[in-house]
Amino acid sequence: MTEGVRGEGGILLNNKNERFMFNYIPEAFAAETAKSEKEANDWLAGVEGAMRPPELLTRDVVAKAIMKEVEAGRGSPHGGVFLDIANRRDPDYIKKKLPSMYHQFKELGDLDITNEPMEVGPTVHYMMGGIKVDAETSSSTIEGMYAAGESAAGLHGANRLGGNSLSDLLVFGNISGYSAANYAANSEERTLHKGVIEEAIEETLKSFDNNNTENPYKMHAELQDIMEKHVGIVREEKSLDEGIKKLENMEKRLENLKTTGGREYNPSWHLCLDLKNMVITSLAVAKAAKERKESRGGHTRLDYPEYDPELEKLNIIIRKGPEGINVVKSEKNEMPEDLSNYVAKEAV
Amino acid sequence: MKRKIILQRGQDPDLFMHEFEIEGGPGMVVLDAIHQIQAEDAPDLAVRWNCKAGKCGSCSAEVNGMPKLLCMTRLSDYDEKEPLIVKPMKTFPIIKDLVTDVSWNYEVNKKILPYQHPETDDPRMLQEDVDRVQEFRKCIECYLCQDVCHVLRDSEMKEEYIGPRYLVRNAMLEMHPLDQGNRLKDLKDRDGIGLCNITKGCTEVCPEGITITDNAIIPLKERVVDEYYDPLVWVWKKLTGKSD
Repeated sequence: MTEGVRGEGGILLNNKNERFMFNYIPEAFAAETAKSEKEANDWLAGVEGAMRPPELLTRDVVAKAIMKEVEAGRGSPHGGVFLDIANRRDPDYIKKKLPSMYHQFKELGDLDITNEPMEVGPTVHYMMGGIKVDAETSSSTIEGMYAAGESAAGLHGANRLGGNSLSDLLVFGNISGYSAANYAANSEERTLHKGVIEEAIEETLKSFDNNNTENPYKMHAELQDIMEKHVGIVREEKSLDEGIKKLENMEKRLENLKTTGGREYNPSWHLCLDLKNMVITSLAVAKAAKERKESRGGHTRLDYPEYDPELEKLNIIIRKGPEGINVVKSEKNEMPEDLSNYVAKEAV
Repeated sequence: MKRKIILQRGQDPDLFMHEFEIEGGPGMVVLDAIHQIQAEDAPDLAVRWNCKAGKCGSCSAEVNGMPKLLCMTRLSDYDEKEPLIVKPMKTFPIIKDLVTDVSWNYEVNKKILPYQHPETDDPRMLQEDVDRVQEFRKCIECYLCQDVCHVLRDSEMKEEYIGPRYLVRNAMLEMHPLDQGNRLKDLKDRDGIGLCNITKGCTEVCPEGITITDNAIIPLKERVVDEYYDPLVWVWKKLTGKSD
């Protein structure tokens, strides 16, 4: 469900038909958020001086508010809340401004969003972590490897805001493309040692071993459950530890993943290969989440609900070590002055 | 609720029909059923998919003979007592199981003269002109229209005809309020616009609801006719010596 529905005036309601977001406005955003339904409606109508409706607070704030409403027994039948655009805009406007949402709900859910509210719930929206890259060239710490977009880390801080993903891709996709082309044009041709290639081939074909027994699709579903349960939107140390233990057990089972069938267009083989990387990534996310003992942006710790000003100065970096994953805390680079002038001093 | 699904599998020339039974649930789409089959019974079953929301155009196939996006086709739309038959798109070569090689389309696309920007510092457009081409921009390149088009599907005239998808792209460019290109000669001589005999199958299968025949192909046909077959224009050109 796109944030656009709320941008176009959609409101969130609990099962008592209350517009509950007014009860969850964080102090840091109070000055720029509407105090009343009237003010929120004024903002939508373009009245000068009116502040934004609380439904347009950042995604982590909205997600936590929904969770609290559900916990308090004010949720929708399927454990979410209601998002209503039908009573806010006329059908033609909704169809014109939100054509894909209208189409998807109609086709897949038998629900006409111009006529009745939708049931919505929070989910993971973006991976703010990723490959450490140089801001000017998008180059990673591995020579010749470049990353941009959701695979790269750092650009969006603790929470990516709506619309910023596409602009990230346009700007940094362009930069990393140029950088990679430039690197390729200025490097000498290299040959890999035959042994290295053979080793890589052997590694890739391991799952074809007839003695292997793990179904990759089942393991994938299991991995999703672990991450949802222990490393989801709301985290705490005890549960993170349990999750990490489960992931480490899964890591041992990777050797036993089984590919069925041949080498041509075989999704079970692809999934066997992907799962190794998925488990490494999941462990990196879980261990970094455990290390960040504070709540900030998309990362919420029930056991550490506040900002920690010391942690604000640090990045948590995951490196490959001899014994598996190493977690390193590293001082953040100071923001260059020409950029920091654009950023509000009180920004959180 | 148990449902029978019969899939066409294999690679040319060894194609076979493979029957599966799945556990259906509320809101289930055909792609969900195929994923269940992969996880339970046929891990190497090949199917191409990405977004599961009808926006990427990857999971095109034929369900009971109709070109469909697997992710937008609900099991509840079909009689539960009858088995559902899923086959790959017929118009394109099979890579494996439900996956076809659609690269011919990309080659056709490269031949079309792209957008030609005018030399102006003020590229302003009227909203009504923008609205007219907006419909064509909804295309997700699923190629269901290419699959159903009988010129491509049954007559196999891929050398002579670019198909509905690329007539839509031509229409988008030709009707673009700023574009300076002229594609009418290519449409007539190379792209085979005359081969479309307005069967409208393409419009019927388009998952984005683009009115392909009426809004894209017919207006282009009219432009080609006006340019090359209008007797008054022909006489005028003869008299004035002006061509094209």
